[in-house]
Amino acid sequence: MRTSATLWSIALLVYMFLYIPLAVVVLFSFNNSELNAQWVGFTTRWYTVLLEDSDMLAAAGNSLLIATMSSVFSTLLGTMAGIAMHEYKFRLLPALVLAPVAMPEILLGIALLLFFRQVLDLTLGFWSILIAHMTFSLGAVAMIVQSRLTGMDKNVVEAARDLGANPWQAFRYVMLPLIMPAVTAGFLVAFTLSIDDFVITFFNAGVSIKTLPLQIYSMIKVAVTPEVNAVSTLLMAVTLTLIALASRIVPDAIHKFRTD
Amino acid sequence: MRGQRKWGASYMNNPIVSKKKWHKQARIDRITQWIVSVPPHLFLVFFLVLPACIMVLASLRYPGEFGGLAPLWKTPGIHGVAGLTLENYRFVLGDLVFVEILLKSAWIAFITTLLCLVLAYPLALLIAHRPKRQRELMVLFVILPFACNFLIRIYAWIIILGPFNLLYSPFAVIIGMVYVHLPLMVLPLYTNLEKHDPLLLDAARDLGAHAWQRFWHLTFPLSLSGIFAGSALVFIPALGMFAVPELLGGTGDIMIGNLIKEQFLESRDWPFGATLSLLLTVTVLAVAQFSARFTQRELT
Amino acid sequence: MAMHIDIPVIAKGGLTLLEMRNVCRRFGDVVTADNVSFTIEVGEFFSLVGPSGCGKTTLLRMIAGFDSPDSGDILLDGKSLLRVPPEERPIHTVFQSYALFPHLTVAQNVAFPLRMKGYSQHTINTRTAEVLMHVALIGKADYLPQALSGGERQRVALARAIADLPRILLLDEPLAALDAKLREQMQVELISLQRKLGITFVFVTHSQAEALSLSQRIGVMTQGRIEQIDDPARIYGFPKNRFVADFIGHCTLVSASVTAIHASYLSLATEKLGQILAPVTTAVCVGQQGWLALRPEQLRIGRVGEFSHFPNRVRGKVDDFLYIGDVTTYIIELDSGLRVETMLANSAPGRVHFFDEGEVVELAWPAEVGCFLHE
Repeated sequence: MRTSATLWSIALLVYMFLYIPLAVVVLFSFNNSELNAQWVGFTTRWYTVLLEDSDMLAAAGNSLLIATMSSVFSTLLGTMAGIAMHEYKFRLLPALVLAPVAMPEILLGIALLLFFRQVLDLTLGFWSILIAHMTFSLGAVAMIVQSRLTGMDKNVVEAARDLGANPWQAFRYVMLPLIMPAVTAGFLVAFTLSIDDFVITFFNAGVSIKTLPLQIYSMIKVAVTPEVNAVSTLLMAVTLTLIALASRIVPDAIHKFRTD
Repeated sequence: MRGQRKWGASYMNNPIVSKKKWHKQARIDRITQWIVSVPPHLFLVFFLVLPACIMVLASLRYPGEFGGLAPLWKTPGIHGVAGLTLENYRFVLGDLVFVEILLKSAWIAFITTLLCLVLAYPLALLIAHRPKRQRELMVLFVILPFACNFLIRIYAWIIILGPFNLLYSPFAVIIGMVYVHLPLMVLPLYTNLEKHDPLLLDAARDLGAHAWQRFWHLTFPLSLSGIFAGSALVFIPALGMFAVPELLGGTGDIMIGNLIKEQFLESRDWPFGATLSLLLTVTVLAVAQFSARFTQRELT
Repeated sequence: MAMHIDIPVIAKGGLTLLEMRNVCRRFGDVVTADNVSFTIEVGEFFSLVGPSGCGKTTLLRMIAGFDSPDSGDILLDGKSLLRVPPEERPIHTVFQSYALFPHLTVAQNVAFPLRMKGYSQHTINTRTAEVLMHVALIGKADYLPQALSGGERQRVALARAIADLPRILLLDEPLAALDAKLREQMQVELISLQRKLGITFVFVTHSQAEALSLSQRIGVMTQGRIEQIDDPARIYGFPKNRFVADFIGHCTLVSASVTAIHASYLSLATEKLGQILAPVTTAVCVGQQGWLALRPEQLRIGRVGEFSHFPNRVRGKVDDFLYIGDVTTYIIELDSGLRVETMLANSAPGRVHFFDEGEVVELAWPAEVGCFLHE
């Protein structure tokens, strides 16, 4: 179908709307000025400031550690959930898995905060953040794995069983290799979700520990300098690389990012 | 846990396999089912269902003296109140201010959804008609900004709107909200539009329908389920937003999310915060139910 | 090889409605329309028939307006259609997959073209009811397409396309998805509908049997060219070339050369059948090389010596036979090695065949049947 010029121009405008603000952030990270108001000159000093900012580095370290651990565990649990949802028709599991995705994040953050403090009497910090991240990452991984499974030929695993493989062998030698792209994509998505998360982390971090988004938040509220732009640019670069990687590995898994 | 066993079904139909071996196989299948299903179920029940219950419970308690929740039982030596109460609900529903804030939040979320729809629809329509390679690339480019940190996306507008004195206004809040949620509207719309049979458009054209008629009588009605799905995906998170109003809005642009956040982190009136959260949850569930009804009717 | 087809012999009413004039269309290396020219008369049932990929669907799409010729013109009532978009042409299509609107009821589907034109609701309702009566679907007016059977959907597609009385109705293999019995029924319905409404039908099919039974005129196409346009009897009886002879109905083709020309028949020398007498159907000269086409039903099969009064006789052995119920087709292997098909009506019920495998038989036919083809 020949698409009209109006459709193309609106689409282009929307793309511009999506990307120009991000471009502005990147651009102003090189601004030789304390403020973001005007462009003064080109400099890379904010990146140096960034690398010397111990708070920032600590926050980055925390984010990376939490993201790694969270993705590992949620990929494990999420893959199991995805397989379980596909193989056995559970009614409760899909709802539990999708709930964190569909609900406003604040509700999950609050609920976990109450739970950690009231029931577990857990001091908010590393572990509360980790568990919180796992909760919502699990759903994303499960969805990606499940959709990959529905796209897969059902008979392959049954054939393996029929030929004498026990469930573990069937999984290890037949199913796992086939869903590996989805598992990897799920891992990368979980990692991205964890690194980027703000709202849920905000409520569950406590006072002692900061992740990168929380650090950015306090900087925005307290003193906005192009250092924020610099860390944002770096964070964007990491995220974009991960997502591009994930989409390379499983093109159709990205399609299934929709939730229905 | 309920579920149907699917693995090893062929054994049931295979007359050559002995009964004993079949039973053993069935047992292994059952064990497998448990091994695979239990951990995720356990994790989610513990860290999702339980917290939800706690939140309900919390809304029925008194605020603690130094913040948090008051104890459930009276213990000697501890001051203050204890036990369950409906005080919070009376407070929230009695004073119209809170309902007003919820309605205002709903209104902002609604405007956001509408604007997202208007912007996303043409884009989704365009992508759906492109050849396969281009489609995937274009969808990726829609998702990429979404994958960027939420705060960065808000921050970008702080930079842009600041010099124009448009910051800390309802306008800024709306722009921020639309910007943050737009990609989520594009995806369900695109998924729906992609499935439309192009032959139907040819048939409509053949029968005398001009471009706008084709859109209004054919494309639009068939895309309704996508519209509802996308709208739910935008409206629901938008309703609970607090970061956008806080960073981009003025004091008058407060949304229910801000109120909740305030209770938990500043005022430390947790029961009140929990009650507000439940109010939000109920609203969200109602909206989800409403839209689910429309997305069930798949007409393609 | 370009062919300019003559205006055909039999035309109802005689008024030209649609004219294809030197239409050419190619996709890359493939020529889907090779200088095609023909006309379609008002109120006629015209079929375009040919093997898959011959270009008949392309022509249809060009008439509907979804494609334009690279060169040439398409005229409706003498006026060029080239700049007219599909939605403005008084031509509707019944698609092979029906393309019914899934979100509209049967009645709403049928009413669609009327709505697009902007008729009053009253007119729309009356007209829709009328059309649904024609196709016997008035009882299912409020059903959605998904709830209908294949045959019913086909009728909805038909009803929808005739609701606002277009000048031409294009049918793109509409019966292809139906089972044999339903197909036959629909064929009868189509003919009666066409006669009742008087709309010009252009019917595209790859089934030559269907084209023969339905049309008033047939256009046989291959590789973007129209080989012959004629009424069914002439297409069948006097094919212009080997392709038409072979594609329409069954036929046996043998190479032949003209040895003598007589008043009403030709003497042909063939390698496989010997000396043959055939009718004069085209202009020939002595020594001309060509082909002889024989239809199975034209050959009589019998015992040796039974047909001494026929000029054309050959002997052979029964190699195989095919029982179809009303006729049995015999495959005869002649002494010369040629395999020939012939048919015999089964007049004795319960009896599959009259001649056994391996039996020696004689095939004979008069000088009035058969067709000499140039190419």
